[in-house]
Amino acid sequence: MATYQEFIQQNEDRDGVRFSWNLWPSSRLEATRLVVPVSCLFTPLKERPDLPPVQYEPVLCSRANCKAVLNPLCQVDFRAKIWACNFCFQRNPFPPSYAGISEVNQPAELMPQFSTIEYIVQRGPTPPLIFLYVVDTCLEEEDLQALKESLQMSLSLLPPNALVGLITFGRMVQVHELSCEGIAKSYVFRGTKDLSSKQIQVGGDKGRPPQPENAGVFVFITRFLQPVHRVDMNLTDLLGELQRDPWPVPQGKRPLRSTGVALSVAVGLLEGTFPNTGARVMLFIGGPPTQGPGMVVGDELKTPIRSWHDIQKDNARHLKKATKYYEAMANRSAVNGHCIDIYACALDQTGLLEMKCLSNLTGGHIVMGDSFNTSLFKQTFQRVFSKDYNGDFRMAFGGVLEVKTSREVKVCGTIGPCVSLNAKGSCVSENEMGIGGTSQWKVCGINPSTTLALYFEVVNQHNAPVPQGGRGVIQFVTQYQHSNTQRRIRVTTIARNWADAQSQIQHIESSFDQEASAVLMARLGVFRAESEEGPDVLRWLDRQLIRLFMFHLRRSPFLQVFNNSPDESSYYRHHFVRQDLTQSLIMIQPILYSYSFHGPPEPVLLDSSSILPDRILLMDTFFQLVIYHGETIAQWRKAGYQEMAEYENFKQLLLAPLDDAQEILQTRFPMPRYIDTEHGGSQARFLLSKVNPSQTHNNLYAWGQVLRGAPILTDDVSLQVFMDHLKKLAVSSSA
Amino acid sequence: GLLLVKIEKMLPATRHSLAEFSLLTLLFYIFTLFLYFLFCPVLHNLLDKLLNVKQASDMPAVQKSRHRIDPDAIPSPIQVIEDDRAKCTEPFNTGVRGQVPPLVTTNFQAKDQGNASPRFVRCTAYNVPCTADMAKQSQVPLAAVIKPLATLPPDETPPYLVDHGEAGPVRCNRCKAYMCPYMQFIEGGRRFQCGFCSCVTEVPPHYFQHLDHTGKRVDCYDRPELSLGSYEFVATVDYCKNNKIPQPPAFIFLIDVSYNAVKSGMVNIVCQELKTLLDYLPRENPEMDSVVRVGFVTYNKVLHFYNVKASLAQPQMLVVSDVSDMFVPLLDGFLVNVNESRLVIESLLDQIPEMFADTRETETVFGPVIQAGLEALKAADCSGKLFVFHTSLPIAEAPGKLKNREDKKLVGTDKEKSLFQPQVGFYNTLAKECVAQGCCVDLFLFPNQYVDVATLGVVPVSTGGSIYKYTYFQAQSDTERFLNDLRRDIQKLVGFDAVMRVRTSTGIRATDFFGSFFMSNTTDVELAGLDCDKAITVEFKHDDKLSEETGALMQCAVLYTSCSGQRRLRVHNMAVNCCSQLADLYRNCETDTIINFFSKYAFRGLLNNPTKAVRDTLINQCAQILACYRKNCASPSSAGQLILPECMKLLPVYLNCVLKSDVLMPGADVSLDDRAYLRQLISGMDVTESHIFFYPRLLPLTKLESGSLPMAVRDSEERLSKGGVYLLETGLHLFLWVGASVQQELLLNIFGTQSFSQIDPSLTSLPVLDNPFSQRLRDIIESFRAQRSRYMKLMVVKQEDKAELIFRHFLVEDKSVSGGASYVDFLCHMHKEIRQLLS
Repeated sequence: MATYQEFIQQNEDRDGVRFSWNLWPSSRLEATRLVVPVSCLFTPLKERPDLPPVQYEPVLCSRANCKAVLNPLCQVDFRAKIWACNFCFQRNPFPPSYAGISEVNQPAELMPQFSTIEYIVQRGPTPPLIFLYVVDTCLEEEDLQALKESLQMSLSLLPPNALVGLITFGRMVQVHELSCEGIAKSYVFRGTKDLSSKQIQVGGDKGRPPQPENAGVFVFITRFLQPVHRVDMNLTDLLGELQRDPWPVPQGKRPLRSTGVALSVAVGLLEGTFPNTGARVMLFIGGPPTQGPGMVVGDELKTPIRSWHDIQKDNARHLKKATKYYEAMANRSAVNGHCIDIYACALDQTGLLEMKCLSNLTGGHIVMGDSFNTSLFKQTFQRVFSKDYNGDFRMAFGGVLEVKTSREVKVCGTIGPCVSLNAKGSCVSENEMGIGGTSQWKVCGINPSTTLALYFEVVNQHNAPVPQGGRGVIQFVTQYQHSNTQRRIRVTTIARNWADAQSQIQHIESSFDQEASAVLMARLGVFRAESEEGPDVLRWLDRQLIRLFMFHLRRSPFLQVFNNSPDESSYYRHHFVRQDLTQSLIMIQPILYSYSFHGPPEPVLLDSSSILPDRILLMDTFFQLVIYHGETIAQWRKAGYQEMAEYENFKQLLLAPLDDAQEILQTRFPMPRYIDTEHGGSQARFLLSKVNPSQTHNNLYAWGQVLRGAPILTDDVSLQVFMDHLKKLAVSSSA
Repeated sequence: GLLLVKIEKMLPATRHSLAEFSLLTLLFYIFTLFLYFLFCPVLHNLLDKLLNVKQASDMPAVQKSRHRIDPDAIPSPIQVIEDDRAKCTEPFNTGVRGQVPPLVTTNFQAKDQGNASPRFVRCTAYNVPCTADMAKQSQVPLAAVIKPLATLPPDETPPYLVDHGEAGPVRCNRCKAYMCPYMQFIEGGRRFQCGFCSCVTEVPPHYFQHLDHTGKRVDCYDRPELSLGSYEFVATVDYCKNNKIPQPPAFIFLIDVSYNAVKSGMVNIVCQELKTLLDYLPRENPEMDSVVRVGFVTYNKVLHFYNVKASLAQPQMLVVSDVSDMFVPLLDGFLVNVNESRLVIESLLDQIPEMFADTRETETVFGPVIQAGLEALKAADCSGKLFVFHTSLPIAEAPGKLKNREDKKLVGTDKEKSLFQPQVGFYNTLAKECVAQGCCVDLFLFPNQYVDVATLGVVPVSTGGSIYKYTYFQAQSDTERFLNDLRRDIQKLVGFDAVMRVRTSTGIRATDFFGSFFMSNTTDVELAGLDCDKAITVEFKHDDKLSEETGALMQCAVLYTSCSGQRRLRVHNMAVNCCSQLADLYRNCETDTIINFFSKYAFRGLLNNPTKAVRDTLINQCAQILACYRKNCASPSSAGQLILPECMKLLPVYLNCVLKSDVLMPGADVSLDDRAYLRQLISGMDVTESHIFFYPRLLPLTKLESGSLPMAVRDSEERLSKGGVYLLETGLHLFLWVGASVQQELLLNIFGTQSFSQIDPSLTSLPVLDNPFSQRLRDIIESFRAQRSRYMKLMVVKQEDKAELIFRHFLVEDKSVSGGASYVDFLCHMHKEIRQLLS
């Protein structure tokens, strides 16, 4: 038998699943005692180049309230051509097309290596993908120019048959008609007035039904959404002529930005023309909404945008109303299966706190940068359209994830970029964790790295032992629209053994997946942080002792709002609840590499003691990539030794972290902020705020010795103190 | 001298079918008239002679009827006009107080010598009664028709522009009257006493000047404001809205592109024409480019704004479908300089007809269209003018939506007045907003059916705009008229965001104002736009005794933004005499102006009173005027005699024309829209226009001499000779009436045809023939058109043709089809009324 390490890795590679426990305690009582619930991180569309999709429909259990998909764990009677559902034990005949099966001639879905299998289903016409650009024009000239270029570039990345649309906004909202020749037409809406979806359709597009053309190929024609190949030139010109919002901005005022109405128009337009079709609304903003519904801050510059302080003091005037507005919009969009991306590039906040739900509930991206004229935005945006090994976009739409469980477990909920579909059923637990009360969730925008945390509850009573050899089974059924517009269903069925916690506690312990658990608990923490007050969450987390990770998590921007704006917090949390395990771990505990003449680069402790004068450090926090040159290195660099032939090795040393950083920059989405700094540099704060403050100005002299490393100016406790305290607490509580 | 009309015989009246007459209890009169000069008894013989002449003249129809009065014996407008022309040989000097100027029909030169020229101000009376009692007794309205920006003939100097620099115009401290010739300088020139309120004001140091031995300032004749009746001041920033120098004004063209508009060809014509017209935007200096900016909107149920920014390769269309809450979708690029954006604008104007060529949208909005223009001006922070080209009743769901309420059954009832009132209050509110912004609206209507002019016209009328109406517009026959109107309307001199204030000397006060404007208080006449054709009639009332010595003074000051964006004050001063004798009043009044006042007064009265009551009031007041004269001024004579003052001898005939106009007495074929249109049109007319409107000019064309016009004949069928051709001008229409047995020579000369039957009645212009007669006739027509603010379409009317009915409608001395009395009948009726008052 392979080690758990290998088992876990294999499971992750094959099924995209990481469970907190890989042996499940067999009763509810035991499960609750384990503190960390039975839960998993699930990546529904994990890239599986080795998994060719099958071209037929899945076979479903015939019981109306089960409908589980035939899988390798089902018992099959090849002679009777009958299979037993491993969730409800219903015996089902195979469909006629399976008449030829036998032990030696099995369909793929019955083979053990196909615990994850993907079906392509043909159901009606396949609508093209839709990309609706919603562009803020209240930008600086330079920013707008950069954005226009990025948008024009993106047109070339879209599949030719994809439909595109353009909405621009500032003080007014303009929906551009793309088909016309000669005069460029657009429909204009006032930025202060919320319009019903109906008004938008009446005013703008009649929403003609799809018209059949050439043997069943549907051509969707609307005035505002046109196939890229047809309007490519037109749209490129249109974007080229796009001007900054022409309304004058008086001294001391913010430009009037009607983000709320613009979104409402976008959502309404898609709702009216393409409900339940994969569509991506891409919102580009350069500042906060300042008028109309969804307004985040007034146009008076003298009133700054809300800070955490204001929110805690209940001084954020527009917060609740705006949040409610965007939530309603997000839900409408989610119902129709359209996802909303937010690309916010501004030096100040842009209202992500209020708007985050747009992306969080629909599976869209949030990208935050300082300017559209940065490689951070440009490359990140380009990466949205990156393609996989098949040449298909790494994006899918209208995903519906359904979870089926065997009788002993029930699903409590999920945390991820999705909304509940309110599907009550026998496998839904009453105990909600995350978005619960349902066994189905909608993930409008989904990509290969989108990872949901799913929480389960063992409901087996202590006095009703699980039959010998019984296994807990969970099936994930993900229906989605592939980026090549096919409808697909991916089915993953996993099983775990039961263990009696009293007799087999060591086994259970050894099946513990520390990394997965850390992320799963952290997600719970973040989910709570979103809805509850900060300190309460910390206290809750402290009670759920999870070793080292929690120390950094406590200090991370996911839970701490100090030093972060509400927008930044929202941004960090947004990414934390959707990235896969590896990335999440980096977010919780940033990775620190040290480069020196003493040997190859090595990972070092995220501790102030690692900051040494003769080292170059590379820190990856997921959002930032910091290269920090120690004091001596910095001096050498300043002196220009790297230019001299005899110090070639120094040059190599300087280049090494740069190369490594490049590698990360190449692959990460969103592209991290790249910081090149040195000892004493102002940007060094990015590093100093992350490391464990084992040496601070408080204990600097108390130790009475020459210190290695760099003292940190902080009042935060160090890991040492934290651990001591933890130990004390653990003892006292057990006492 | 005065004219006396004596009633001789009394015979039973036979078939008087008129409503007014049916009310009479006295049924037994037939009149014969004798002319008699009151102060010239010597001329009795002349009178006899005259009568003999009449009898000898060729008037068979009338002569045969025993019942009829000889029309030639009653006062003839033509005679009065000709007499005045003959009398007027010298230029008219305005310096003599209380002098009646030549008639509007007379060509004369006016010289400003301290009072405003009659081109700017005409009064009903130039001798004002000293007391209110006297005024009340006479019932002669005291009013002035002011045309502040009137265009002057080339031989008269336009008002001088006076710039007092930063200090601004010098004004009386108390009543704020502007420096004018009536200010009396005292104390060696250090102070001046206001002629209006008598308050003494210090002369500002920069304005000080010594006085000569007569007490006049030495620089009196160097300064227009001290020597002239009309002049302009450059206004300082204090006179500007929000204390900001105004932006140059803007013109916004809003074109209906619904099905009807496109199909009638209107859209195409407007777009084609605008391409050239944009080069003729108003400017003060003909060598400079106009600073007026332009913007374009098309609309049906929704509005399309156009971005025509110079930097664009193609215009951009911005559609606003949310008409319930109108806004302007763009700022930069909407209002542009024509020269900078010429290519984009031309491209737009080329594309608009194409874009909507296949439209099937029939519904239109109207309120939001004006709102859009208004909002655009607001956003650009300037004043300006909207040119709205509209076709149909706005029934689409939007603010200001209207329903068809045309109900012929209401005509003649007490409810008739409601048809003249706007059907919704929306437009009144909108008009108010427009005025506040200085947004003038000109409305060009192209209706195929009822469009409710009474309601649609509210905004144009309240903002000093104009309404042009082309019913059943057809590209082929109406283009010329429409384009000429449009060209003139765009090019004419216009001021914006104007406020007019009329100040008077103590004892008299401006109490009522008539015209196209808005008033938010009782003194300030607000005009979002004021063009050179608009006149305002002001009524004065006594509030104290006037002195014969000082006379009565009036100062009309108009603060406005010129088309080049300069803020200015135009001042017109007028002094009239005061009299304690009624005879002086009657001797120095002007009937044309009185009629202008009466018509405006009556047409406004329609809004609140039944039409019949309005007519009765008019008749009654006229009868009182004449009765008062008879009682107090005329020498004793028999009660049967009708005695008319010389200056008012045409009052009955003109009044009859007002009474039987389409507005007050509509024929069956006159639509409600037409009446509302005329009602609003007349409210802004000056005396020249109202005169010709009520008493059209009828010219016999038998002989045409270059240099002079043939003498007009009276507007009666009796004056038409079967063998002749006549030209009739109403100010709105031109008719060429051709007698059934017209001389062949005339036919050849005018139409180039041999026979009467070959004349094409659908002609709208005369063929260009190479003969002096044709040339002269066409010149006459052109010169007539040039005199009027609206282009007159020519209609060829053949005698006994169906179209003759329309023509006959303008023969105002005859009985009208709709029941209007003939001149003779009305005069009799008037006489009866007077007699009743006297007895």
